[in-house]
Amino acid sequence: MSNDSTKKMVTVALGVCLVCSILVSTAAVSLNGRQEKNKERDKIKNILIAGELMEEGIDVKAIFDNRVKSAIINLQNGEFLPESDYNARLNPKTYNLKVMADDPQYSMTIPAEKDIARIQKMPKYMAIYMVNVNDQVEKYILPIYGKGLWSTLYGFLALGSDLRTIEGITFYEHGETPGLGGEVDNPRWKEIWKGKQAFRDNGEVAITVIKGQVDPDDPDARYEVDGLSGSTLTTRGLDAMVRFWLGDDGYGPFIRQQRIQEEGINEQG
Amino acid sequence: MSKVKKILLDPIFNNNPIAYQILGICSALAVTSKLETSIVMALAVTFVAASANFAVSLIRNHVSSSIRILVEMTIIASLVIVADQIIKAYAYDISKQLSVYVGLIITNCILMGRAEAFALKNPPLLSLLDGIGNGLGYAFVLLFVGFFRELLGSGKLLGISILPLVTDGGWYVPNGLFLLSPSAFIIIGLLIWAIRTWKPEQIEEE
Repeated sequence: MSNDSTKKMVTVALGVCLVCSILVSTAAVSLNGRQEKNKERDKIKNILIAGELMEEGIDVKAIFDNRVKSAIINLQNGEFLPESDYNARLNPKTYNLKVMADDPQYSMTIPAEKDIARIQKMPKYMAIYMVNVNDQVEKYILPIYGKGLWSTLYGFLALGSDLRTIEGITFYEHGETPGLGGEVDNPRWKEIWKGKQAFRDNGEVAITVIKGQVDPDDPDARYEVDGLSGSTLTTRGLDAMVRFWLGDDGYGPFIRQQRIQEEGINEQG
Repeated sequence: MSKVKKILLDPIFNNNPIAYQILGICSALAVTSKLETSIVMALAVTFVAASANFAVSLIRNHVSSSIRILVEMTIIASLVIVADQIIKAYAYDISKQLSVYVGLIITNCILMGRAEAFALKNPPLLSLLDGIGNGLGYAFVLLFVGFFRELLGSGKLLGISILPLVTDGGWYVPNGLFLLSPSAFIIIGLLIWAIRTWKPEQIEEE
């Protein structure tokens, strides 16, 4: 039979497609378990890095289960979502920030004039993480994201138990220029954030990433973080992102709620 | 024997897919800012080139020339998906850095080029070797470019600090240009110049 006969051509094409589809589906199905584990591990690892619990060679999962408590909060009123309201997607174990921010049922559009982080949509509910020491929250690890120069940066901001002091910042996904905006990954730069104050005494968001270096004699130095040299736009994005997420449209309501509770406990005690 | 050796080693210097045929430039620019991603990408392309050549050669006598490109594309695309899945399962951190570029191996001209130019006319084992050879040729350029870009751009090799950076208290001021894609053009250009000075027969006639 000639190779150019219709019958032969269809047979060859179908045969190739069949073999290829078996190959692809076998690979996808058999490796899926491993890939899911990798994703889960990667997420946990980043939470541990933000909470400064990450060390080489530790059992990531065990440390996470022991030290970190996760919860879902309602961003609009700042309250914890009771566990009875958890469902397949609203569950800290399965929560996926990108999926939720895209889901019309669980996301909201940010009005353009408020959208300083340039993310357009944000989830109504957010999974947050708390590092516990003897059942007391030591750190709150809050997911943040926003536009830099080329990409959306995804990361975590860690606040101390007073919900004022910044304990750390880390980004687990971004596409900024390596060596310039990509220096958000530089441990030395991340170290600058530690101990900075996020709010003024009246509760106003004060933290800001400035262009250039912070003058230590400036009375506002404790609210200021050095910008990344050579990357004005990434620096601007970082500044907007942090201010957005700590502000009223981000974690503002949650932070107020938590602070009222803390102060209530202190007054009683 | 000498034919086997020629098929395997020619693509490294004498008939390099990037430096002589000027194919597959896009990924050579995109993934070479670090040596580690260059290595994984080179392995992935070698794997796909070798297996695609082998598979195309196996069925070469049964494929009508009017659907051969579709058949080649299907085989290459499937192998690329498999490679991508394997990298995601076993080298997750690297797969995040390579992002879309593993998927884009499908459009790498080296693969189609070798299937068309070699695998359709030669038996499976020789085609396999030709695939590996061209993979090695691609790997050579990628590693060469990745080596200089990572060393000069971030003072590191495979993430290990070689030239201590000023920002970490050392002396080396990194050259940011080497982290951007255009620098790969410059390095590949210099490499082509060097190879053609060494092997003047590669110079095209005016």
